[in-house]
Amino acid sequence: MSQKKAMLIDVTLCVGCNACQGACKEENQLPPSDEKYLSLTAFTALSKYNDLYIRRMCQHCDVPTCVSVCPVGALTKMEAGPVAYDGEKCIGCRYCLQACPFHVPKYEWSSTQPRIQKCKFCASRLAQGRPPACAEACPTGATKFGDRDGLLAEAAGRISAEPTKFVPRIYGRDDVGGTSMLYISPVPFEQLGFDARLGKTPLPMLTMSALSKVPNVLSVGGVMLGGIWWITNRRSEVQAFEATEKKNRPSRHEDNP
Amino acid sequence: MSFPGLPRMTGWRPIATILILAGAVAATARFAFGLGATTNLSDAFPWGLWIGFDFLGIGLAASGFTIVAAVNLFHAKEYEPIVRPAILTAFIGYLLVVLVLIIDLGRPDHFWHPMVMWNPKSVMCEISWCLMLYTTVLSLEFAPIILEKFNIHAPIKWIHAISLPLMIFGVLLSTLHQSSFGSLYLIVPNRLHALWYTPLLPVLFFVSCIASGISMVILESLILSRGGRDYLPTPLRANLAKIIAVTLAVYTVVRLQDLLARGALRELTTLTYYSLAFYAELLIGFVIPFALLLVERIRTSRRGLYAASLMVVVGFAFNRMNTAITGLEQYPTQTYFPSLIEVFIMLGITAVGFSAFSFIVKHFPIFEGAAVAPGLHHTAVAAQANPGFLSPDGGDLEPS
Ligand code: SF4
Ligand code: SF4
Repeated sequence: MSQKKAMLIDVTLCVGCNACQGACKEENQLPPSDEKYLSLTAFTALSKYNDLYIRRMCQHCDVPTCVSVCPVGALTKMEAGPVAYDGEKCIGCRYCLQACPFHVPKYEWSSTQPRIQKCKFCASRLAQGRPPACAEACPTGATKFGDRDGLLAEAAGRISAEPTKFVPRIYGRDDVGGTSMLYISPVPFEQLGFDARLGKTPLPMLTMSALSKVPNVLSVGGVMLGGIWWITNRRSEVQAFEATEKKNRPSRHEDNP
Repeated sequence: MSFPGLPRMTGWRPIATILILAGAVAATARFAFGLGATTNLSDAFPWGLWIGFDFLGIGLAASGFTIVAAVNLFHAKEYEPIVRPAILTAFIGYLLVVLVLIIDLGRPDHFWHPMVMWNPKSVMCEISWCLMLYTTVLSLEFAPIILEKFNIHAPIKWIHAISLPLMIFGVLLSTLHQSSFGSLYLIVPNRLHALWYTPLLPVLFFVSCIASGISMVILESLILSRGGRDYLPTPLRANLAKIIAVTLAVYTVVRLQDLLARGALRELTTLTYYSLAFYAELLIGFVIPFALLLVERIRTSRRGLYAASLMVVVGFAFNRMNTAITGLEQYPTQTYFPSLIEVFIMLGITAVGFSAFSFIVKHFPIFEGAAVAPGLHHTAVAAQANPGFLSPDGGDLEPS
């Protein structure tokens, strides 16, 4: 069961019925209402671009930015795909809000014991071998749950079967290193409010290039500073010695002006 | 002696009291009602003024490690008299920053978590560790001053025994976290404006903190030697000014070259919200003070040096606030302006810092540097006689 799970969202099949959001709210015991943007009470949201509906949620990235920035490891990537959150660990630094390239985590600003809220990819249902609530509720198959590899093949198949219907791109296949949410669309993703310039490199790599130098700074820097201390210390010892020497034999120096 | 042209601190005490009280009220509100009700922070703008303050505090407290390194590792002994003030500044600065960080946390009661729950991939985790360790180092470097006063000598000996590794460790920790504050933003290439986002952020943060840290020392020495006693001879201060000038030049060249290499220079060809902020920071904090400090008359004049150092510090503040706030705003649709409570907490804490500094200076031997450095007088006089003298080569002082 260590197969990585994913969901394929086919924008052409979505009819905007919002069943996914309804099921999500029921599963997570959130107040029912149709929300257009992610919020504390909407872990998935459905917004409309011209006549296309697009649902959003946490992408459950393969190399999640949020997981890498969290100082206390409150966010973790599970083998099956979900990015899970542990409010007991969270210190509330909000680095994850700052760093998530998809602006997903939402913060309980009005609470005095605030937590992060976001889609959980129904981790507990997955553990029981059940699909996420939203995928189960989707009447048209616009949201389809399955193994990531299988869904990628299926997405590629759908695109090549009807190349005029889709733009030739599976959003989430490589973006920021790949995500668990995969989208195929009839229009370029920029037109659906996606950030299409995120690139294929997982963002945590940007930090790693700096963090990986920490051991070097410590070891090389330590040796260098120690060395400098030793050398300059020697020098001032020599100086001090010469000074006393001079004092002992004052005449020789002070006689020639 | 009094030096006209330097601002006086009259009426400081009542102002400080008011600020501290207001800050305390604001902090109470923040804890009682939570961040949402008391700050202008939001999901779109999760970090604000307080993070900017942290950058500032840490940057200005950089004097702690630069001066300690110069005097005790590079043996530029003539700067010995400013070691204690520099350590005190850094110690207070770090304590305040840690305090603000804790107030800023959504769960202040979980502030200790980074000590036991690690994530080595997180810059924030590295910073928390560096802050904790370096504050400990500073408290050990500072402790002898307190212990001396109360005649407790055993721990001083103990601290003295480990002082070399302690100092080296402190300098390394500073190098790490000063630059890591820049690394925090490496992960938001898609959000931070191109004028501030660069892979060189950590390097730039480090270089600029050296200039601002030393500028703080100069400012302090100028303000505090108004009482008639001048504990840092003019030539030494002029030499520090040279170091600042060189640092500013290096920074400016690296910064502009990086903008050029990334094709971001064109952002500067039009006047926008962002380019104005950038010009303010670069001109006030780097270019103009650099030009000023090239002039020997300014380096050796109190007023000139005061103005130049103040500009460095202000420009530095611009730089950090621009990175933390301006560069992340989506002008004009999504901007951030701190709430009154955010501002009051920050001012209150700053006032606590200044009051603590003047209290400690009054009651502990901070500026009696000469007393702890026998032979110092000799060096200082020598330095005075030889204005071209540059600190790390103290050995070349003797005419051969
Ligand atoms: S979309 Fe954001 S919150 Fe979700 S896993 Fe990726 S980085 Fe984390
Ligand atoms: S807010 Fe919580 S979950 Fe997010 S990065 Fe900070 S500690 Fe981790």
